[in-house]
Amino acid sequence: MQIRICPEEFDPFHEIQAFQNTALDKAGKYGATSIFVGTMRDLNDDKDVEVMTLEHYEGMTEKQLGIFVSEAQQQWQILDALILHRVGKILPDQTIVLVVVWASHRGDAFDACRYIIEALKSKAPFWKKEKLTSKEERWVTKNTDGYLQKNN
Amino acid sequence: MVQTIMSIKVRYFASLKETIGKSEDEVSGERTLSVSDVWRLANQSTELPENILAAVNMDYVGLDTNVNDGDEVAFFPPVTGG
Repeated sequence: MQIRICPEEFDPFHEIQAFQNTALDKAGKYGATSIFVGTMRDLNDDKDVEVMTLEHYEGMTEKQLGIFVSEAQQQWQILDALILHRVGKILPDQTIVLVVVWASHRGDAFDACRYIIEALKSKAPFWKKEKLTSKEERWVTKNTDGYLQKNN
Repeated sequence: MVQTIMSIKVRYFASLKETIGKSEDEVSGERTLSVSDVWRLANQSTELPENILAAVNMDYVGLDTNVNDGDEVAFFPPVTGG
């Protein structure tokens, strides 16, 4: 398992390949890899966003992310996990977060990956501050439920 | 009976840090302190804003949780990562 807080931009797909090539000693064991990549958009709450600054609580962030992976391991049969999250100044189109779960089967991989990203969104101590193209600055006060519009 | 003087490190993050104009405090007390007591000792008359979350030693806790000497208590707004 690897959890990393990244002050610099990263390429999520390069990171997945690098982890599989070096740290993941499970070739032939995993049959499912579930990947979530969160990317910064240039629009939030109907306002054009120029740049975002991500603050975090160093130490607690890593501790909480480790707890989420442990909780996922207790609920699903997973082989390994990789979590990367940006901090600092982030521009539209840059990756904010990467969550990858390797498992023997897709159900465990999908469910555990979903569990980890939802736990991260609701409990990992990160905070976003946006600078709009109008130069106004504002804190993001809450995360959405993850759907543009639910079709009930 | 000798009373132990507790020393607690307090940290603030994000919009809360900006609102109260500081990122950390150090408080001490001679009796059992809850997380709410720590806020009051550090911030006097400033009420703890609604929706603020608290952690002790980097784990989420309720405001009525008691703290121990050397603990790190943190206050912060709802999280918005990912």
